[in-house]
Amino acid sequence: MSVSTVKELPAKVARKKEPWVQKSVLPGFGLSLGFATLYASLLVFIPLAMLVVKSFELPLDELWNVITNRRALASYRLTFGTSLIAATVNLFFGLIVAWVLVRYSFPGKRIVDAVVDLPFALPTAVAGIALTAIYAPSGWVGQWFALLDIKIAYTWIGVTIALTFIGLPFVVRTVQPVLADLETEVEEAAASLGANRWQTFKYIILPALLPSLLTGFALSFARAIGEYGSVVFISGNMPYKTEITPLLIMTKLEQFDYAGAAALGSVMLLFSFVLLLLINLLQHWSHKRTGG
Amino acid sequence: MAGVISNLHSTSAKRVQGATTEARWIRYTLISIALVFLALFLIMPLVVVFVEAFSKGAEVYFAAITEPAAAHAIKLTLTAAAIAVPLNVIFGLAASWAIAKFQFRGKQLAITLIDLPFAVSPVIAGLIYMLIFGAQGLFGHWLMDHEVRIMFAVPGIVLATVFITFPFIARELIPLMQEQGKEQEEAAITLGASGWKMFFRVTLPSIKWGLLYGIILCNARAMGEFGAGSVVSGKIREKTNTMPLHIEILYNEYQFAAAFAVASLLALLALVTLVLKSALEWQAAREHELAVRTAQAQ
Repeated sequence: MSVSTVKELPAKVARKKEPWVQKSVLPGFGLSLGFATLYASLLVFIPLAMLVVKSFELPLDELWNVITNRRALASYRLTFGTSLIAATVNLFFGLIVAWVLVRYSFPGKRIVDAVVDLPFALPTAVAGIALTAIYAPSGWVGQWFALLDIKIAYTWIGVTIALTFIGLPFVVRTVQPVLADLETEVEEAAASLGANRWQTFKYIILPALLPSLLTGFALSFARAIGEYGSVVFISGNMPYKTEITPLLIMTKLEQFDYAGAAALGSVMLLFSFVLLLLINLLQHWSHKRTGG
Repeated sequence: MAGVISNLHSTSAKRVQGATTEARWIRYTLISIALVFLALFLIMPLVVVFVEAFSKGAEVYFAAITEPAAAHAIKLTLTAAAIAVPLNVIFGLAASWAIAKFQFRGKQLAITLIDLPFAVSPVIAGLIYMLIFGAQGLFGHWLMDHEVRIMFAVPGIVLATVFITFPFIARELIPLMQEQGKEQEEAAITLGASGWKMFFRVTLPSIKWGLLYGIILCNARAMGEFGAGSVVSGKIREKTNTMPLHIEILYNEYQFAAAFAVASLLALLALVTLVLKSALEWQAAREHELAVRTAQAQ
């Protein structure tokens, strides 16, 4: 799908008889765009298109069965449910972290600021075994919950914790710059007109942050849906219970069911693409709001 | 959070510090919430890696990271990153040059498409190459007849790594180059510089920090790649095991201390990445400030 849209572009442009690229004295447009397109097509877009092609090797009724049978539905529910919870947790705590980092000063602030990016830098498999060690019934945190008869690792709660870990920087890093650019004059004006601090936050600051908050939420959600490495250790991987969709794809691959894996992969790809378009719209909206 | 914010309401009358900050106890509460949350969710996993790695003593630790299988995994991880990162640097430079410096239709779509590998599950990244180069794949028979191995071999791991890290450099450079505009390059060309001379003398120096920043993030992601790798590698010890895959095997064999020992190397890499990243941000901010001050002085 994505490949064909790229290829159709020049044709569409020719029809309108306008130059599709504005003239410039700078060199290298053809070379750089040509190389980038070729590279991206060979390595990314054509392989991704293969995924959709492969899944249609299945007869339609079987394809439908593969993507809607009970085990697949259970995996979607777990994947999307836990991703949604994790992204929501990150929305709230991400806003607090961003707020604290931009508005307040405290000792060690620069270290804290750097640490926020840890989930970007720490390999997911490392995060996975570390979180499992912490939340297993014998772990640092898990043992206290075990006393209350609550299991965290090997349940959906553990999956949610792993997804919260990997998604946090997305919210903080999208909200932080917008919050830093916010003019405090507007807040002063609101206060001088009699608004209390809570009213200023609710009616002035929050609306201004809304696009970036939603973008961060969507990015965190999108990342969580596809996550594999950190979840596979902590989830316990029980079919129908703690099996995320990427893991179900993996299981199908191990059984050499390539078409079935491709069908599930196509479903995930579709969701990713829709989310990505949504994120881009949000960012566009955000830029318009902040006049950037 | 709702509780904290409603508390803002009740104390706002006591506001003394002017209109744009909160009462002291609210500030302290918010800072505490943020720090406790980060300590629980980010710092603790990092600490546990090192504690578990040394839980059986330093001897076990050093044995785990120097045994042949681990050494091979480290070598393969470094090799894959050393191929994938430069490839994506070239792509990132080409894509951002075309997108940031020229106006053409379909640009927004191009930017969205570059992001696609970020949104795609790593398992899918492995799967697509399996569908093309695997035994049952598109070129499977041809590859088998010619005895070329891509899946369950090093080329497959490199391909998967390239896919996963594909957007990093371009995403870093596009906004940076857009912000810098094209006046300087245009001046260089008008004054008779060749295209490459302009690139190396004007463009590259002005994007060097952003480029380095992208390379560091790209490298961290490349070395930590797990999901795509586990599809395409086949996890053959001392052949196609990268460090994250080696960790998984050790962990599944209940060799926890050894698994955490190898993991601690990747955790160190993550720490180095964060330090370099902060240093670069600091450097870029300083240069920016300097430039602003010089401009004001003139």
